[in-house]
Amino acid sequence: MTDPLHSLTLAHYLFTGAVLFVLGVIGFISRRNLIIMFLCTEMMFQGVAVTLVAFSRYHQNDTGQTFVIFLLTIAAAEAALALGLVVLLFRRRRTLDAQAWGEMKG
Amino acid sequence: MNLDLIKFIPWLPALAAVLCGLCCTKKALRCLAAPICILSIASGFVIAFLHRGGVPPGGAVVPFFEWINIGGFSANFSYFIDPLTLIMLFVVCGIGTLVAWYAAFYMKGDKGYARFFTFVSLFIFAMTNLVMADNLVLLYLGWEGVGLCSYLLIGYYYNKPSAVAAAKKAFIVNRIGDLGFALGIFLVYQTFGTVSLREAIIAAEHVSEPSTAVTLIPFLLMLGAFGKSAQLPLYVWLPDAMEGPTPVSALIHAATMVTAGVYMIARLLPIFVLSPYALPVVAVVGGLTAVFAATIALCQYDIKRIYAYSTISQLGYMFLGVGALSTVGGVFHLFTHAFFKALLFLTAGSVMHALAGQLDLRKMSGLRTKMPVTCWLMFVGCLALAGFPLTAGFFSKDMILAAVMEKGLGEHGQPLFLALGILGLFTAFLTAFYTFRLWFRVFMGPEQYEMGEEHHGAEEHGHDHGHGEDAKPQAASDIKVEHHHDAHEMPLLMNLPLIVLAAGAIAAGYWAEHSGWIESMVESSTAAVHGGESAHAAELFGYHLHTAMMVISSAISILGIALAAYFHWLNRPAADAAARQYKSIVTLLNNKYYVDEINDAAIVTPLRTKGEIFFAIDRLIIDALVTLVGLVPRALGIGARRLQTGALQGYGLGMACGAAVLLLLVLFVAN
Repeated sequence: MTDPLHSLTLAHYLFTGAVLFVLGVIGFISRRNLIIMFLCTEMMFQGVAVTLVAFSRYHQNDTGQTFVIFLLTIAAAEAALALGLVVLLFRRRRTLDAQAWGEMKG
Repeated sequence: MNLDLIKFIPWLPALAAVLCGLCCTKKALRCLAAPICILSIASGFVIAFLHRGGVPPGGAVVPFFEWINIGGFSANFSYFIDPLTLIMLFVVCGIGTLVAWYAAFYMKGDKGYARFFTFVSLFIFAMTNLVMADNLVLLYLGWEGVGLCSYLLIGYYYNKPSAVAAAKKAFIVNRIGDLGFALGIFLVYQTFGTVSLREAIIAAEHVSEPSTAVTLIPFLLMLGAFGKSAQLPLYVWLPDAMEGPTPVSALIHAATMVTAGVYMIARLLPIFVLSPYALPVVAVVGGLTAVFAATIALCQYDIKRIYAYSTISQLGYMFLGVGALSTVGGVFHLFTHAFFKALLFLTAGSVMHALAGQLDLRKMSGLRTKMPVTCWLMFVGCLALAGFPLTAGFFSKDMILAAVMEKGLGEHGQPLFLALGILGLFTAFLTAFYTFRLWFRVFMGPEQYEMGEEHHGAEEHGHDHGHGEDAKPQAASDIKVEHHHDAHEMPLLMNLPLIVLAAGAIAAGYWAEHSGWIESMVESSTAAVHGGESAHAAELFGYHLHTAMMVISSAISILGIALAAYFHWLNRPAADAAARQYKSIVTLLNNKYYVDEINDAAIVTPLRTKGEIFFAIDRLIIDALVTLVGLVPRALGIGARRLQTGALQGYGLGMACGAAVLLLLVLFVAN
């Protein structure tokens, strides 16, 4: 009886990360709500983080995991900032639609 | 004697300039500017006066602070004091104080009152630096400084287009001369290895065989002197400079700044004697300028312009004197001329003040009862200028003419100097005539005058009252109101400096010559002439030359005055008849030999055309190229800016696709 976890290979983890990332990209492109778009960017982040941890474990090198810790911390700070900005943008236009901020278009 | 105080002479006016500049900012402080300025110049005079006997023979250097010191080159703010410097300081600070005093009243009520005194203080700073400089670079600094102040003061009424044009003209014409001066200084440094006056002079005295470069130096320096001292052909700026306020004309354009060229040549005489042709050229230019300007002065109608041409002519005399190796005569005439020409300009200013800016000789007559003090003060000035016997101008002019004749008739008589001497005598006659033409026209004959249209500061005055800021009516505004009614005499306080000047115009010549002061002063300075004196004095008509010249020039001056009296006082119709008879000459002289027009056609217009061509090239070719370079990205942008849709999703998609393409590329390249 083998531990199902032990039968997991690097490819599984990379696949999960890629799926997370692509879902994030699709969400970012297809949605107009600023908060959802922001959440999608976070999802892309997590995809990258998963990939990093997977490679770190695979290569028996802790650098990748350390890096992810930092990445998460910074993502948290950045999330606070970005949500604050979203609130400000909302107050200006009374909408969360990203299309409302298109003055600079050529 | 301790020479430490000397260095305050330039720096007190510098401080005064700063303080007066601060006075410009507050209306209430404006009236302080004049006392500050007068005090600073007067203290300079007092300091110079205290040192009158205390200058060591050969002069002394008073170091002040280090300025430029690179490798072997050093030019510091050090002052060189010798008797010649002292004479110049007496003139600059003495006349400066009197003129500033007069201006304190004359400029009253003018909006730029404090600005005026700032510039005057700055001028005295620059001028004292010029005459006290221990090296050529500092001298040049002062030289340019006085040029700048002259520019600022000519353009003092900057609302007046003619004043602005005159200021620019003065600056540009001086620039031409200054270029020569600067090149001369470079050459001095190259040949003598120093810019220090004392060292350069000592080096020049030890030159046994002058090289070409050495003989070129005096000609370059001369160019600077001709520009600053308004000699042919660079004299054109001085008549126009009369656009400035009259005290400025008296101080800068008659008594002090324009004599800087004479001072410079006298100071550097040992360098000028290195070339056998330099001083004769100076003499010829001086003599020709003297007669040329005097003829123009004959037919002018603007009082100040007549005096301006007379200044040019008298400066010509000074150059003639210096060129004839009579630095004593040149500097002596500089000294006496400062008195009577300042007096003449200031009295002309009084007339102008009384007649609301009227300067036209044809529109005034018989003012003697209205302005008795001014009338007789100007009379004294005119006597001195005309070289009437025993006045100051008589002695100095006589000394120059005698020296020139001496060279013409002496042992190695040079016909050139004989001709120049005769030219000088003829100029003396013209001078006496035009000077008294003016005086008889203005003060004698039937009382008749027209008021001028403008007045100094009249507009400013209206402006002040218009804003209701001047609640307290000033004394000046009372005078102004009176102006609009009638001509009147100036207040006593305003005439006081003129009385001092008049005393100088009468007595300074006799005193300076007979006490031997001027001669001992100049002969113990660097302007001293070595070994040029011939023991044998020339004779003319069996008399000692000097005595004969005195008699001749007295006769000539009295003849000139008498002719002027006949034509312009006793029998004015005769003058008009004569003018009609010689109409072409009168027109030629009245138009100043068309020199301005010739200059315009020969120099100004071609230069302007060239400038316009360059401007067109700049506009059509260089600017066009630059615009073209700017247009290319714009053209590209017309297409590319459609990509900027402003939709965040679009950008996201673009980024994702871009990343995908890059990844694919990496894959392909890696395999």
